[in-house]
Amino acid sequence: MITLYDYELSGNCYKLRLLMSFLGVDHTVVPVDFYPGREHKADWFLKLNPLGQLPVLQDDDLLLRDAQAILVYLAAKYDTSDCWYPRDNPALLGEINQWLAFADGITGTASAARLHDALFYDFDIEAARAGAHRLFRILDEHLWFGEQEGRDWICSAAHPTVADIACFPYVMLSEEGGISRQDYPAIRRWCDRVKRIKGFIVMSGVFPAGPAKAA
Amino acid sequence: MMTQQKTCLDPVILNLWHPLGAIDEVAACIVVETVLLDESVSFAVDEDRKVFVWRSRTGLRPGDRFHQLAVDDLLPARSAYGYVWTSLGTPSDDIFPIPEYAEADRRKLNAATFGVNVSAPRAIENFLDMGHFPYVHTDILGVEPHTEVKEYDVEISVDRDEILATRCRFYQPMASIASDGGADVEYIYRVPHPYCSVLYKSSPLDETRMDVIAVFLQPLGEERIRAHMMLCVLDDTNADKIIKRFQQTIFGQDKPILENQFPKRLPLDPRAETPIRADKSAIAYRRWLSQKGLTYGVIPVAN
Ligand SMILES: N[C@@H](CCC(=O)N[C@@H](CS)C(=O)NCC(=O)O)C(=O)O
Ligand SMILES: [Fe+2]
Repeated sequence: MITLYDYELSGNCYKLRLLMSFLGVDHTVVPVDFYPGREHKADWFLKLNPLGQLPVLQDDDLLLRDAQAILVYLAAKYDTSDCWYPRDNPALLGEINQWLAFADGITGTASAARLHDALFYDFDIEAARAGAHRLFRILDEHLWFGEQEGRDWICSAAHPTVADIACFPYVMLSEEGGISRQDYPAIRRWCDRVKRIKGFIVMSGVFPAGPAKAA
Repeated sequence: MMTQQKTCLDPVILNLWHPLGAIDEVAACIVVETVLLDESVSFAVDEDRKVFVWRSRTGLRPGDRFHQLAVDDLLPARSAYGYVWTSLGTPSDDIFPIPEYAEADRRKLNAATFGVNVSAPRAIENFLDMGHFPYVHTDILGVEPHTEVKEYDVEISVDRDEILATRCRFYQPMASIASDGGADVEYIYRVPHPYCSVLYKSSPLDETRMDVIAVFLQPLGEERIRAHMMLCVLDDTNADKIIKRFQQTIFGQDKPILENQFPKRLPLDPRAETPIRADKSAIAYRRWLSQKGLTYGVIPVAN
């Protein structure tokens, strides 16, 4: 039985809802009043995650924190197609983990800017935005070169992996932190492709793909 | 850096009461700082829930303990509907009434205070518009093919100086967290303050009563607000955080729409935008703001 400690407006929690939707994995949700209640700093929650951060996932006796770690676990355990985290492909696993770490960098910059603007966190907003633009530039170039080689996804595979899921939410929500994606056309095309994956679900602030362009 | 900051010169806006923050969310006697009309203001709530507001000063910083004696030039301050209110001008005696707030069996909550990069009038106009429900709040406040905004009535009440839209109806798959299925929901909208709106919608629990949801917008600047969402609803089952989550989900869907409005300030010229965007209540709202001679957060009609 899987339980997700969840806050609706959290992009990190959304990563897990998204993967579980792609995989068709059932789970229950325990809502955590992240804002304004700061319930992730309450004693009962700190017992689950001493870092005081969402998300946390419990699967029977296993308790895990960190969205990227949980993506790896869920895909390794429940993805019968072995596509989202291909366990027997060392080079691809290395690549995926490289971009999972990159995704945490997006959380540290683009998500921080959003927390500043929308929830009044006391962060250095200019530094957060500049950091996000630096990462978006790197991702945009990577995706653009990929498109030239016929690669649609972040990693070298013919299908999306958990790296795509990990990078998607805070790229998609960046404008709420005053970070425009106007200068990143390859990122915009990739976002649209992610939205068209079978089983895609939205979160509050993310909208479904528009009607497919006529061929 | 701070010296060039422009301040609000609009007397209509300066003389209004504006919300600053939810009383339940601040610790007693601790200084909290925020911004109002491009000015830095501070407030505190004492043990008796009495509220104090002043222009920020160097001697009393956020997090400090508040002593009333430390401030000799307090701004006008009121506590209403769970929030601290103040004014930078000469305000009227009272904040607009919401009689339902006094009903003892209602749940009264601040669903959240969110920062939004938009002008206050644009946000009010979005709040009044039912047309976006099926597209923005899909499967919650609307769903295709129930997209038609049926005929409703709008009046500008002269004696109460507020806009009233009545007889609004909309099919909603999940009108509130207390709903158990789709229903035709009746709405009444009030705009009793240029930057505040109160809506009434059928209660899923009691067909003779209505839930009350208000947005109180705190203008940080002309194009940036803090949106305080007040709930005053009938619900005897759900925990506070569950009721809040429902409202936050809806607001989170509106937020990107609001932040993508262009121009960010609301044009008051009736010819500025197509009538589809500016429907009946929006037209009345724009006209009402024009009649007041409002200039802050809007693009006034050129003459
Ligand atoms: N590396 C963590 C970061 C998680 C994170 O930043 N979570 C946010 C909510 S989306 C949080 O709980 N922040 C509170 C804090 O860091 O104190 C992950 O990917 O799960
Ligand atoms: Fe909306």
